[in-house]
Amino acid sequence: MLETCEKHIELYKELDSYIQNFKGKKGALINVLHKAQELFGWLPPEVQEYVADKLNISPATVYGVVTFYNFFSTKPKGKSQIKICLGTACYVKGADRVMERFLDELGISEGEVTKDGKFSVHGVRCLGACSMAPVVLVGEKDFYGKVTPDMVPSILKKYKGEG
Amino acid sequence: MPLTTNTILICAGGACISSGEESVKNALERKIKEYNLQEAIKIVETGCMGACSIGPLMVIYPEGVYYQKLTPKAAEKIVEEHLLKGRIVEEYLYKGDKGKIVPQPQEEIPFFSRQVKIATRNLGIIDPLNIEEYIARDGYFALYKALKEMKPEEVINTIKESGLRGRGGAGFPTGLKWEFARKAPGDEKYMICNADEGDPGAFMDRSILEGDPHTIIEAMTIAGYAIGANKGYVYVRAEYPIAIERLSEALKQAHEYGFLGENILDSGFSFDIEIRIGAGAFVCGEETALINSIEGKRGQPRVKPPYPAQKGLWGKPTNINNVETLACVPPIIKNGPQWFRQWGTEKSPGTKVFALAGKVKNTGLVEVPMGITLRELIYEIGGGSPTGKKIKAVQTGGPSGGVIPEEYFDTPVDFESLTQLGAIIGSGGMIVLDEDDCMVDVAKFFLEFTVDESCGKCTPCREGTKIMYEILNKITNGEGTEDDIETLEKLGNIIKDSSLCGLGQTAPNPVLSTLRYYKDEYIAHVRDKACPAKKCRNLISYVIDTSKCVGCTACARVCPASCIDGEIKKPHEIDQEACIKCGSCIEVCRFGAISKVSPALD
Ligand SMILES: Cc1cc2nc3c(=O)[nH]c(=O)nc-3n(C[C@H](O)[C@H](O)[C@H](O)COP(=O)(O)O)c2cc1C
Ligand code: FES
Repeated sequence: MLETCEKHIELYKELDSYIQNFKGKKGALINVLHKAQELFGWLPPEVQEYVADKLNISPATVYGVVTFYNFFSTKPKGKSQIKICLGTACYVKGADRVMERFLDELGISEGEVTKDGKFSVHGVRCLGACSMAPVVLVGEKDFYGKVTPDMVPSILKKYKGEG
Repeated sequence: MPLTTNTILICAGGACISSGEESVKNALERKIKEYNLQEAIKIVETGCMGACSIGPLMVIYPEGVYYQKLTPKAAEKIVEEHLLKGRIVEEYLYKGDKGKIVPQPQEEIPFFSRQVKIATRNLGIIDPLNIEEYIARDGYFALYKALKEMKPEEVINTIKESGLRGRGGAGFPTGLKWEFARKAPGDEKYMICNADEGDPGAFMDRSILEGDPHTIIEAMTIAGYAIGANKGYVYVRAEYPIAIERLSEALKQAHEYGFLGENILDSGFSFDIEIRIGAGAFVCGEETALINSIEGKRGQPRVKPPYPAQKGLWGKPTNINNVETLACVPPIIKNGPQWFRQWGTEKSPGTKVFALAGKVKNTGLVEVPMGITLRELIYEIGGGSPTGKKIKAVQTGGPSGGVIPEEYFDTPVDFESLTQLGAIIGSGGMIVLDEDDCMVDVAKFFLEFTVDESCGKCTPCREGTKIMYEILNKITNGEGTEDDIETLEKLGNIIKDSSLCGLGQTAPNPVLSTLRYYKDEYIAHVRDKACPAKKCRNLISYVIDTSKCVGCTACARVCPASCIDGEIKKPHEIDQEACIKCGSCIEVCRFGAISKVSPALD
């Protein structure tokens, strides 16, 4: 516990110094929330309140913005986030079936985290690799193109050992 | 003393990265080092080269040899054979339609030779992170010309005469928009670049930002000068981290070289650009919602008028242009309006970038003159169907657009012609559909998207699209009635007329356009409970043809529901009750024994 608390103090400090960059600039909220989510992984109520306090706006305004944008998450995410492109090109090449297979294999629904905290599955819009449709992105960097449902177990296997 | 000097351009666009560009590059570097050729051979990671279906790609200069579908092993071989011994490695060359090997497809193959690159002129050619390469390709020349030799009004007139129209969707004349912003009273004005690229199936804006960020900086500065703004914002989607990174780096370089900041090129004009990152809301691509988002608010649209040119960001006159629109600006300023008009049509001059995807052989980004026919685009450039199945239609304009059936493929692609057909050019996404695609399901796909993305501010869009989606869901599940089809049509038209912003006003288009051309498919769903394309799960069954099945057990082994039974070497059978209709069996059957039937068996 203590360790995480100390870690959090560090994170808040880093957030503070980021907020300093925006002194005197207008409309910083969304950029600050991006930073906060990058640091904490998601946006728990405490963090939202903290941001509201620092920027001198109401928590309701912050909450309103957080819930408006898909990118901001009010729930924790898995260690490996599996992003399945549901853009048009991927849809016509059968992305729905790939999504279904991932959810089946992991026994969760979209947006949920597996019990061990390792995975969460998210439908996203065009990943800009339409020629490789259907496309799956694990984490920030691992792209998989032309994915078929049968490939799903072997993709998952690569990440199961980690963590 | 190095024997030869080669430059390898390796494509680092989205599709090539996803097919393993990094490992290819690493292999190249390793091998080159092994042979101590670092001095003689330069590797440059470029923006998207456009031919995404054959990635990872690279071109070796000075010869201009084009290698495709690379692997680390291929890269090693190419270093040893081509770079070391000067022998072209045929197995990784581009192969034309009949398997003919083409070392320099840029000049011979329609996919490359029919393109005219204006907005994407530098993609795949320069290192996006090197400002000097941009300058070497006449970069910042137009900025110099505008600031030093032209008055703001002359800049505006040049753009007006060129006939350039907005590439972000609406096709509004760019010069006119600049003039409105210039003439709006006030000394504080803003210039915004819309890089939100919301159409899920289009990626040209991202490719331009990633592959040629300086062109956007140059164009925005020119636009700022023309309208009288000293501050610009680029609003980029959060989903495009590489674009954000490269643009930030380019901004830094532009400052160092004096193309941004105070008193640019000693002209007395000052301009600066800040990046604002979106947060995943489609509606933020709409200009007034985008302005709210830059202000740090919920991205809900504002009522127009007042238009942004009068009252935009922080209530000040603001001009907003799309990335691709801006990328056309420097060449127009440099070469003049008539140069731009040599391509395209009277009303839609110049070129347009399309993202070809779906059931077409050559997928990727293509920039072609406006007025080209859909047939040329899809068959000549796109190479037609990859599987030999019949192409049925093309969907253009994403969630705001519609489908165009094959019978109309001789229509020229320009703003007016596509609108007449009930579709739009939109941002340039072109998804080719074939006989396996169900039009009702396509409409449902887009409606699901808009329901998700409706910002909720106005009732017709928030509630109406949801009802439309539910009806489509009913129909694809085989529970629809003929009245439902009529309701869809009525409701669609009401939503179009009564929504607050462009999102709602165009959201019914995918439904209305499929109804216009494919009503028979809707009727088959409700009347016969059949899906003619055999796509809608509730309306189909998988069956095994016992005369063709040899009992190889491949299907039984792959079935995740374990619903296929049978002895080895004897015909198998599918338990219809347990079948989840995932389609895995069809994919593995090598004897063509499994097929789909619709309506479903009971
Ligand atoms: C729902 C909706 C989404 C839009 N998304 C985008 C977008 O992603 N990118 C874009 O450039 N324009 C988008 N637009 C159009 C913009 O409102 C605006 O017309 C455009 O940025 C103007 O630039 P242009 O004249 O250079 O095309 C969208 C419009 C609507 C109604
Ligand atoms: S639609 Fe999936 S990558 Fe473009």
